[in-house]
Amino acid sequence: MKTPHRSLMVLVAIITVSFIACSGNKGSSEGVRLQGAGASFPAPLYQKWFKSYGASHNGVQIDYQSVGSGSGVKSVIDKTVDFGASDAAMTPEDMAKVDGGVQLLPMTAGCIVLTYNLKGVTSLKLSRAAYAGIFLGKVKKWNDPLITKENPGVTLPDEPVNVVVRADGSGTTFVFTKHLSAISPEFAQSPGVNTLPNWPVGTRSKGNEGVTASVMMTPGAIGYIEYGYAKSQNLPMAILANKSGSFVAPTTASAQAALATAQFPENLIAWVPDPDAKDAYPIATYTWLICYKQYYDKGKFQVLQDLLTYCVTDGQKESEALGYIPLPPEVADKAKAAIQNITLAPNAT
Amino acid sequence: MAEAKAITQPPTGLQRATDAVFSGLCYSFAWLSVLVVIFIVLRIAFAAAPAVRQYGWGFLATRTWDPNKDQFGILPEIWGTMFTSILALGIGTAFGVAAAVFLSEGYLGGFVFSVLKIFHVEFHASWGRLPEQVENVLKNLIELLAAIPSVVYGLWGFFVVIPLIRPACDWLHTKMGWFAPFGTDLSGPGVLPAVLVLSIMILPTITAISRQALVSVPPKLRMAAYGLGATQWETIFAVILPTATRGIVGGILLAFGRALGETMALAMLVGNANVISFSLFSPANTLAALLANTFPEAHPKEIGVLMYAALVLLGITLVVNMIGAFILQRASAGIEGGK
Repeated sequence: MKTPHRSLMVLVAIITVSFIACSGNKGSSEGVRLQGAGASFPAPLYQKWFKSYGASHNGVQIDYQSVGSGSGVKSVIDKTVDFGASDAAMTPEDMAKVDGGVQLLPMTAGCIVLTYNLKGVTSLKLSRAAYAGIFLGKVKKWNDPLITKENPGVTLPDEPVNVVVRADGSGTTFVFTKHLSAISPEFAQSPGVNTLPNWPVGTRSKGNEGVTASVMMTPGAIGYIEYGYAKSQNLPMAILANKSGSFVAPTTASAQAALATAQFPENLIAWVPDPDAKDAYPIATYTWLICYKQYYDKGKFQVLQDLLTYCVTDGQKESEALGYIPLPPEVADKAKAAIQNITLAPNAT
Repeated sequence: MAEAKAITQPPTGLQRATDAVFSGLCYSFAWLSVLVVIFIVLRIAFAAAPAVRQYGWGFLATRTWDPNKDQFGILPEIWGTMFTSILALGIGTAFGVAAAVFLSEGYLGGFVFSVLKIFHVEFHASWGRLPEQVENVLKNLIELLAAIPSVVYGLWGFFVVIPLIRPACDWLHTKMGWFAPFGTDLSGPGVLPAVLVLSIMILPTITAISRQALVSVPPKLRMAAYGLGATQWETIFAVILPTATRGIVGGILLAFGRALGETMALAMLVGNANVISFSLFSPANTLAALLANTFPEAHPKEIGVLMYAALVLLGITLVVNMIGAFILQRASAGIEGGK
């Protein structure tokens, strides 16, 4: 009668020993693990950087969760991550909540494009009144005079405009509403600038990916997404009118022209809600990585400094292929200098 | 005086102690489950308290959700939750009870039996078990619908169902746009795709519980009906279904509870727009989808408001689930305790 009990105990013993053996192995390996979370806008680029850095540096693993700028900032405040990322930088109130302080570093830049789903329309020009009107719900049909005026040779259908906006709070939305508020006083008053404003019109989808999928699947849809997503899916992008009146298509050059007008203060946070350069694409933004000013783990600190230097120097070469805008050289130099503001705490391990 | 050792003996001290410890553990685990539910409700209520004080009942009656102006209202979400759940329940009940009747009457098994009869193997050792096995396979297939993750349902609905129904919806809107349920255009995700997918998601719940209720009807009732000369359909509608009604209703209420709380599939399919409309094609928003979408990014001042919305959802779901469980308990007790 004892045999079943005995074999059961032997089995339990074997399992326990194997667990101990496994954990023993894990403890002995050398490895630094960094955890980051934040914006979905630059997520593809960050994933690429972190993967190639991890591949070329033995034992280093960097995880980045694309949870959104707001969550990224919250994670930095709650100290659940080693670094965060945000398209909406960080407000002074939020920065004050982190004891020890934070250092924001512009990592890359992008532009926000309006993608649409209109059969047979390969090129669409939208004036400021047109696209502000679309997102205010004033321009309801595609053959509205505001749209047809700028597109003389194009047949626009008598179909409703299906607006797609973000369902979740987002840095992309923040930048887009900042721009819309700059060009339309009516927009500034009612939805206003926010990561999740009260859009008067439209269906909502989660993430840049959700908006992309919604626009692709819905005829007559228009939505705002990041340039990289539109480029990788070969989606049509609207040609927008900028402040000086010229119609500019989103390209690396036109976005760089917009970003070149940004003036950077000490904390490296700058916005260009409505650039006035002639060939500037109107909606462009930097995106920031948020690091603590002090780190307590020596391994993590060294890897982080090395990683950040890589990102603002060699890493910039990979941005364009993914649809991001490489940092202007002056800005990259400023970021590299600011990396030195991140220090190792005196009582570090 | 060697007495044979008695086989029965009073419990030893060790046995009594083990008994006490075991029953104590069981009691504490049972109470733990109850306490966990109470803890969740209380915790959410505390987090929601500041928002409840600030917005009061107006929160449940206003439509604007504007973080810039500090105006929050969940009336569109409450409407969307109830509208989609009730519609899905209607469709799910119709198909679910029909499937349950089909399963309980053994039509598929009967068909397989008649096929076997052609080959004269109906009483064979292994072939003879085929009807029952086929019935089991069908039952398991329907229950397998419950195993598909919600996110997969959402993706399938988004990429397959919406393009599939779009031509029909556009036709209905152009021809019968004056009729309120067809009033607007299907601009992508909306109430109808969400309702269709939701009804498929609650189908296994309704079918499983209804089948159980139908099968629990005492065979005597069925045989008595046949003996009185009723046809199979007359028996089903006049005798079996009425007897099993309590169980079926319990199953429907549980499925309703599930539909109310469904999050991921609806977040992808319902359009997340704060509108109230009778149109089946317009987008809507549900409480669960609102929470799933806005909670990760919520500013600290919005968290109280979202907890308030969570409390409302919790209240609705708990009440519906409790009623369903209560009815189910009464139903099974009634049938087992009786004839």
